[in-house]
Amino acid sequence: MTFLSELAYMFSDPLMQRALIAALLVGLTAPIVGTYLVQRRLSLLGDGIGHVALTGVALGWLVGAGMGLVPQDRLAIPGAVIAAIIGSVAIELVRERGRTSGDVALALLFYGGIAGGVLLMGIAGGSQANLTAYLFGSISTVTTGDLVLTLILSVIVLAVGLGLRAALFSVSYDEEFAKASGLPVRFLNIAVAIVAALTVTVAMRVVGLLLVSALMIVPVAVAQLTTRSFRRTMQVATVVGVTVCVVGLSITYWYNVSPGATIVVLAIITYGIVAAIAPIVTRRRRHDPHPDIPDDVDLEPSGTARKDGDETCNA
Amino acid sequence: MTPVIDVTDLEVTLGASRILRGIDLTVTNGEVVALLGANGSGKSTLVRTIVGILTPSAGSVSLLGTPLTGDVPWQRIGYVPQRVSAQSGVPSTAREVVGSGLLYGRRLRLPRDWKSRADEALETVGLLDRATFATSELSGGQQQRVLIARALARRPDVMILDEPVAGVDQPSQEAFAATMTRLVEQGLTVLVVLHELGALAPLVTRAVVLRHGRIVHDGAPPRAALDHAGQDHDHVHPHEPMVPLYAPQTDLGFDNASGHQS
Repeated sequence: MTFLSELAYMFSDPLMQRALIAALLVGLTAPIVGTYLVQRRLSLLGDGIGHVALTGVALGWLVGAGMGLVPQDRLAIPGAVIAAIIGSVAIELVRERGRTSGDVALALLFYGGIAGGVLLMGIAGGSQANLTAYLFGSISTVTTGDLVLTLILSVIVLAVGLGLRAALFSVSYDEEFAKASGLPVRFLNIAVAIVAALTVTVAMRVVGLLLVSALMIVPVAVAQLTTRSFRRTMQVATVVGVTVCVVGLSITYWYNVSPGATIVVLAIITYGIVAAIAPIVTRRRRHDPHPDIPDDVDLEPSGTARKDGDETCNA
Repeated sequence: MTPVIDVTDLEVTLGASRILRGIDLTVTNGEVVALLGANGSGKSTLVRTIVGILTPSAGSVSLLGTPLTGDVPWQRIGYVPQRVSAQSGVPSTAREVVGSGLLYGRRLRLPRDWKSRADEALETVGLLDRATFATSELSGGQQQRVLIARALARRPDVMILDEPVAGVDQPSQEAFAATMTRLVEQGLTVLVVLHELGALAPLVTRAVVLRHGRIVHDGAPPRAALDHAGQDHDHVHPHEPMVPLYAPQTDLGFDNASGHQS
């Protein structure tokens, strides 16, 4: 069998089709939200939300089991969505206060979230395998219903993340200036928090709650190595995100490895390669690396002062 | 005429400490008011409260006749914060940063012509050729000028600036003074926090001096002695820190407490 026919076979597999669409959506949405999180130095927010979402998943199971729903995990994603939103808004409110105790409050929330999730999952009758599926992803279990929900959540994330880009940039770049411009800063902050929460639940099936944050942050880290503008960073990050998600998932079609871990390792390898190559490529187009400060001393127009000094600075 | 900035009996507390108390300040159209005082006297706190970053614990602030709690016409107000040297995580170009000045109040999306308007503001501060540079590639003085351009982008009637020339190289200071002179001639009202009057001295119509969170002087700008006007004036002799209200001043002694802004 040739490589092409193998590819064609992969794309005709309904299970793989669903998985690929989910991976595509995650690869697109996670870096968009991640760009704002990196900008505000909240790189680990996604990780925290992921921990809290596990409690939501387990509560979904518990309620599902109580109501006698079949399958038991039908409420897992709605549970995760609700818990993630509550968790992310709580984190945002703690951040807004800017108290020193905020750090401890976040730790309580994170570890309470994951411990509560594990505990409740056991009570709801979930197995170790179920738990692993949420923590590390289980893309093979994506149902059509999951996919529709994922699609809806992704559309919301894209609408907010792209539609409000200028305002979210303003708030993320300089929150005080945004306040001094009369922008609805709290509304925008909570919008970012909610969109981050939705992204976590979108990515849950693909990479799992423990690796969600990697997909938000690593593509942005890759993009930053090569870009000068916020807009371009976001664009490059989504290209990297979509590429590693789709390629990583396709690898698992032929090799029996964890999709989530493969995608994240692929993203980190990409970072390593770009970090090694970027300085060589960009050196040529960059100007003089010294900060652009005029001389403190006046040089004689003739003598040792070189005429081309200014040109090399501005080239 | 409605005052541009109207502060009445303002009190601001941060945590347990009362930073400002009993502040009354009115700035009318066309004035250039310098807010002076030693480090930690509450200058920054006052302007940050005036633009709505901090919430007063008592008293009130009105901008252009509207209380801060109401529907302030933010597009007429430009705020320039003290430059923070810490760069944010994601690279952003000078043009992008200046463009964010075009968002205010309920305007959450950039206008179609945002690039040309941002470039116009960059040209005003002499940085048009740096529009596509990442802000991290610019010198401290240039970064400060980007922040000024961000406030100018919306073509404000009032500018509120917090130490716009602190730690800024000499050419940037001169460029800043020239820009401000032109804007003031066009009718801009200015409230500016300064450590010393410096290059802005000819523009300033009134000086307000803060000390320990209270206004101790509100009137004619102090004139620096000739030997103090120079850039490299090295201040070594101690000063009487109290500012007499009516005695003619040659030196207010602000610059003897060099150090970090609290």
